[in-house]
Amino acid sequence: MRLEMGHIYIKDIQFADESKIQDGVLYVSKEELEKKALEDEKIKGVSFDIARPGESVRITPVKDVIEPRVKVEGRGGVFPGVISKVDTVGSGKTYALKGMAVVTAGRIVGFQEGIIDMTGPGAQYTPFSQTLNLVMVCEPVDDIKQHDYEKAVRFAGFRVAAYIGELARSLTPDETKVYETCTIKEGLEKYPELPRVAYVQMLQSQGLLHDTYVYGVDAKKIVPTILSPTEIMDGAIVSGNCVSACDKNPTYVHQNNPVVHDLFEEHGKTLNFVCQIITNENVYLADKQRSSDWTAKLCKMLDLDGVIVSQEGFGNPDTDLIMNCKKIEAEGVKTVIITDEYAGRDGRSQSLADADAAADAVVTGGNANQVVILPKLDKVIGTLDYVTKIAGASEETLREDGSLEVELQVITGATNETGFNKLSAR
Amino acid sequence: MSKIKVVHYINQFFANIGGEEKADYPAEIRVGEAVGPGLAFNMNFKDEAEIIATIVCGDSYFNENLEKAKADILAMVKEQAPDVFIAGPAFNAGRYGVACGTIAAAVQEELGIPAVTGMYVENPGADMFKDKVYMISTKNSAAGMRAAVGKMAPLALKLAKGEAIGASCEEGYMPNGVRVNFFEKERGSKRAVNMLLKKLADKPFETEYPMPSFDKVAPNPAVKDLAHAKIALVTSGGIVPKGNPDHIESSSASHYGEYDIAGVMDLTAETYETAHGGYDPVYANEDADRVLPVDVLRDMEKEGKIGELHHLFYTTTGNGTAVASAKAFADEFSQKLKADGVDAVILTST
Repeated sequence: MRLEMGHIYIKDIQFADESKIQDGVLYVSKEELEKKALEDEKIKGVSFDIARPGESVRITPVKDVIEPRVKVEGRGGVFPGVISKVDTVGSGKTYALKGMAVVTAGRIVGFQEGIIDMTGPGAQYTPFSQTLNLVMVCEPVDDIKQHDYEKAVRFAGFRVAAYIGELARSLTPDETKVYETCTIKEGLEKYPELPRVAYVQMLQSQGLLHDTYVYGVDAKKIVPTILSPTEIMDGAIVSGNCVSACDKNPTYVHQNNPVVHDLFEEHGKTLNFVCQIITNENVYLADKQRSSDWTAKLCKMLDLDGVIVSQEGFGNPDTDLIMNCKKIEAEGVKTVIITDEYAGRDGRSQSLADADAAADAVVTGGNANQVVILPKLDKVIGTLDYVTKIAGASEETLREDGSLEVELQVITGATNETGFNKLSAR
Repeated sequence: MSKIKVVHYINQFFANIGGEEKADYPAEIRVGEAVGPGLAFNMNFKDEAEIIATIVCGDSYFNENLEKAKADILAMVKEQAPDVFIAGPAFNAGRYGVACGTIAAAVQEELGIPAVTGMYVENPGADMFKDKVYMISTKNSAAGMRAAVGKMAPLALKLAKGEAIGASCEEGYMPNGVRVNFFEKERGSKRAVNMLLKKLADKPFETEYPMPSFDKVAPNPAVKDLAHAKIALVTSGGIVPKGNPDHIESSSASHYGEYDIAGVMDLTAETYETAHGGYDPVYANEDADRVLPVDVLRDMEKEGKIGELHHLFYTTTGNGTAVASAKAFADEFSQKLKADGVDAVILTST
């Protein structure tokens, strides 16, 4: 499959009467955005704000981060099965608005939403301090259940992102990159000497607000399958989860999955990037066994030499990670796993909830229990009402001078397990 | 500003007294003197620090008169009251390595003075003391002196100044079981690709997290006589009395709760809820029995299927809670359960 990605660099976002992109500036009409967000009757109100890198702004509670994209050629549209009709995506031409993101915020569970600081010590841990963020804070109708609220906000974010992406349809990209994988037979003929490598992505699917969607399908209900790695670039996988902010994959991370991009960098040079295998992290033992069996089976059937396995979340999914690693290694396929650690605030505890000698090649996104002090910032987009309740905070979080004492856990994307960041631990 | 004061420990060989034949040389202190490797340390410190005294001790003397040598040397160090203590480097000299580890750890623990040592990873002193004191990984012979001092000196200065110590790979000390965050040069995905390429080519690679030996707990044998057993409920699902009176954290819990359910037949939305931040709380808040099955156990109590339900339950949130914390909680409340004559525990998660 071949996909041409056109990058359009956004240098600023401004509110205006008319929505358009001109000379790298995104102008958006609040009225139009509101209309998009309020299409769902479960959302009572929405407010929009802009946060720029370096500004003294804290965004919380952050739900999802999305990169606006538009499909300009080829089958389907962005977010298939969610916003666009179901059709196989990943070929043709897609434009992405680089340097910006749509950030959805609002109290959903009140426990596992995150913090994005645009400046100060917190900013170095979240990749989204580097993007121009169009933030939407959604207010639900009264007496709504958390999962209904979550779904309403999730869809509102995609509608707004798709609306903004659409503004780029007739533009000329600043930069174009081509991503292409071969069919099985072509790959064998073209790169007979290169190791056959795939990316095994574990999708958060513990349920009860820990969900991920593939072409609109709840990942709890899938069996492991294969994708062309270009499909994710059109939004084939989207986030719908409220796992600890530090190591859940916001939709932005799925769209820009760094393992996919870094394997493409080596494709045809040092390795043959065969495909992406997706699997889930269900909580029932039978599901864990089936999914890890199937993942290992697919690796074997595809005659792979090596895989990179990425995890999402922690604790319960540590068992899925180790089961995948053990079974894939047992098939003679070499693995590297990417995870993060919960080694305690003092770093002295065992980092994962499971372990095995087969996991001899591990990349870590760092210890999520590490404590950081986030100074008081001038402006809060959203609310600090839940800041002592979110995962990684405590009753002592809010200090007298207005600063926050929190674990890295609270920071969106801080210890990402697709290897999105440079943070690590030893 | 006054210079940082350093006391340095070396053996008879590095003090130029002699080799094996002089290994029984008793401990002595040379105040105001830097000796042997001490000169290299002073060079490295520039004007920031200086060695105010050197303690010399024969390797056999130290190891054969362990308690006396340790006490004598501790007294010498205490008298000098340095800001930091340096021992070695010992490279691959076994008895010297053990002496460096022993005395550096003792100075740190008993005098509260930060210490650093250095040796070759296969020195027997390494495994014995690398978790107790910062230990720079050196080459296996004195040919590695310059590199060893180049890492030990800056680490000693940081310790003396109370600065944050970086990760083992940044500072050069042996991994000591404490995980420390730091920023790599490349993002994680790129590091994973590079690691995989090395692994595929059968080239050496270094994992960022060596797997620990995992603590497997064998389940107890089944309870034979349930009808007379006292059963307790313990949960990591975060069920607490409404309002979470002890403020158990939604993640990374620092404590557990103990609550009395004497006379409680059913957990209701008005009386109990979950503090757990790892799952959709709606169903647990509607009916906390779904996580902590008090209602079912009361029925079984009435029907005579179980002897009795223990009147206390223990609860915490498992979400993101360090294994070490969970272990500490359980160590404590297991004793209480035993003391209360509980025969079996039903452990529920989320």
